[in-house]
Amino acid sequence: MWLFDRDLWIEIFHTLGKNMFRTFLTMLGVIFAMIILVLLLGSANGMSNGFNKIFAGTASNSLFVWGQSTSEPYKGFERGRRINYKLEDAEILKRQIPEIEVLAPRIELANHRGTVSVYRNGQTSGSAVYGDFPEIDNITKKKLVEGRFLNQTDIDDSKKVCVIGEETYKLLFEKGEKAMGQEIRINGVYFTVVGIYKPNNNINIDGENAVFIPFSTFQKAFNSGDRMGWMAIAVEENTPVPFVESQIKSILKTKYDIHPDDERAIGSFDMSEIFNNITAFTTVLQGFSFFVGIFTLLAGVIAISNILLITVKERTQEIGVRRALGATPVIVKRQIVVEAIVLTAFAGLVGFAVAVGILSIMNAMWGSGDNFPFVKPMISIPQFVVSFILMVGLSVLIGLLPANRAVRIKPIDALREE
Amino acid sequence: MIEIKDLHKSYRMGTNSLHVLKGINFKVEDGELVAIMGSSGSGKSTLLNILGMLDGADSGEYTLDGVPIKNLSETKAAQYRNKFLGFIFQSFNLINYKSAAENVALPLYYQKVPRKERQEKAMKYLERVGLKPWADHLPSELSGGQKQRVAIARAMAAEPKVLLADEPTGALDSKTSYEVMDLIQKINDEGNTILVVTHEEDIAHMCKRIVHLKDGVIVEDKKVEQVRAEQYV
Repeated sequence: MWLFDRDLWIEIFHTLGKNMFRTFLTMLGVIFAMIILVLLLGSANGMSNGFNKIFAGTASNSLFVWGQSTSEPYKGFERGRRINYKLEDAEILKRQIPEIEVLAPRIELANHRGTVSVYRNGQTSGSAVYGDFPEIDNITKKKLVEGRFLNQTDIDDSKKVCVIGEETYKLLFEKGEKAMGQEIRINGVYFTVVGIYKPNNNINIDGENAVFIPFSTFQKAFNSGDRMGWMAIAVEENTPVPFVESQIKSILKTKYDIHPDDERAIGSFDMSEIFNNITAFTTVLQGFSFFVGIFTLLAGVIAISNILLITVKERTQEIGVRRALGATPVIVKRQIVVEAIVLTAFAGLVGFAVAVGILSIMNAMWGSGDNFPFVKPMISIPQFVVSFILMVGLSVLIGLLPANRAVRIKPIDALREE
Repeated sequence: MIEIKDLHKSYRMGTNSLHVLKGINFKVEDGELVAIMGSSGSGKSTLLNILGMLDGADSGEYTLDGVPIKNLSETKAAQYRNKFLGFIFQSFNLINYKSAAENVALPLYYQKVPRKERQEKAMKYLERVGLKPWADHLPSELSGGQKQRVAIARAMAAEPKVLLADEPTGALDSKTSYEVMDLIQKINDEGNTILVVTHEEDIAHMCKRIVHLKDGVIVEDKKVEQVRAEQYV
């Protein structure tokens, strides 16, 4: 195998080493190109990771549905009628729409996004109070600092327990005070704290100042009967959310005698839309980085080709001698193409190493993603492999240019040039 | 060894065509030492280039060691050159970043001779030209005569059928010229066929046969009494 021919490599390093400075200058183009490519890709990846972190813990294929007021009169009802769902709706929807994976009903004390006063030992907080099913944790994951989230036993036994946000904890408890097992009072009913969750930089639909109690307990304690405030719904992986959303709406519209064209009566929010937008954004960003990077790389490789052309011109006589001594055109070509590959590959690796170093520094400085979406900026191995193969492929193509020039020199002309 | 029949060669110079070789008939036997003489423009270099397969003839036949040389591809020509011919140039044409030994070993590299054997052979031929102690020196560290001797060692390393020398003493002073000729004579004494292109009378007379070229034809082809170069060294 000629690739492992020691003499070929001796030959190549000899010629490259002979003009160290020029070789270095040539490589500079590719080094910078590779740095730019890797930095761009790495930053795009960092942004993508940053967004992913923001959404971590939120099921991407999910939607939220709540009741609002009608905007059209229908079937003898006036407009402006408030729509209040019943708990049975959850069962109806689950039964009729098989694509629904999880449906977690929720009820709130006071109005949507409203707050109520929560007391403990004379301290008060204005918090949102939700009656929830444990399934909600599958849609918006809570990061627990202490204790546990609500579970099925809480629902079955209508236990008077609650999970509170860190913000609520700060308002109701002294710093460092133990909250687990303590009681807090909501509308005159006492609940035992079983868990505290903390904000996790994510999208937090529920806020950090909130109290979660079992749905069944809520019904009994606050006399809500079979009312249901809103529903968090996770849809099967491959089903588009808008498809399920429209089904849900039409079922609910029929049940509650809402005008089919009434857009305002049922409030809903499609999480997947945001996800799709951001995924599209980061994909475009990555594609653009790759595009720019590859063309920069192309420019760098062309610079190498240029230098090799000059080298060939300088080595005309040497190439002539070699051919007189029996070097076939293939041997001459091979040497120049391999020179191009060696130059490019080496420069590419140097550029890669430098860029990875810069990315590591960037990661250390801003990589936590606290202030803006930028987490772990680094290029993936497939990205590296693809760019590297592309780069070497380009260098072969571009190396053929000076190689063909070298072969076109007739040995007789080369020898005459003295 | 070499047989040429009715060889023609012309070069195009714009609209004019320059007829350089006008029907050369020429035969060289095994072990001969032939001088090809002529003034510049006589066609002697063109003839040598055709003999060396560096250039093709327009018409005529050329047979080298029984092999017809015609319509060779670049690759084939390179292989034949490597196998049949050793070149010695006026300007030595050593590769300047390679040591003497590496230069000598180069034709063997193209013959795909294993590395170790190449080095041994290179040393052997360097010893024959008396430059073994200079094996690791670069051409720039050698004198003109030494360079030409390295070139001769290189030409011989591949053990070719014929050595072609194009003005081998053209760039050397007369004392060094005689040294080089002495070496060429000794190589010839061992039975090697050598063609020397020269325009110097005294060099030509150190060969065994002189072929005179004028305006693209052979005007004289005579055997001469060889003058040994040894006596001048």
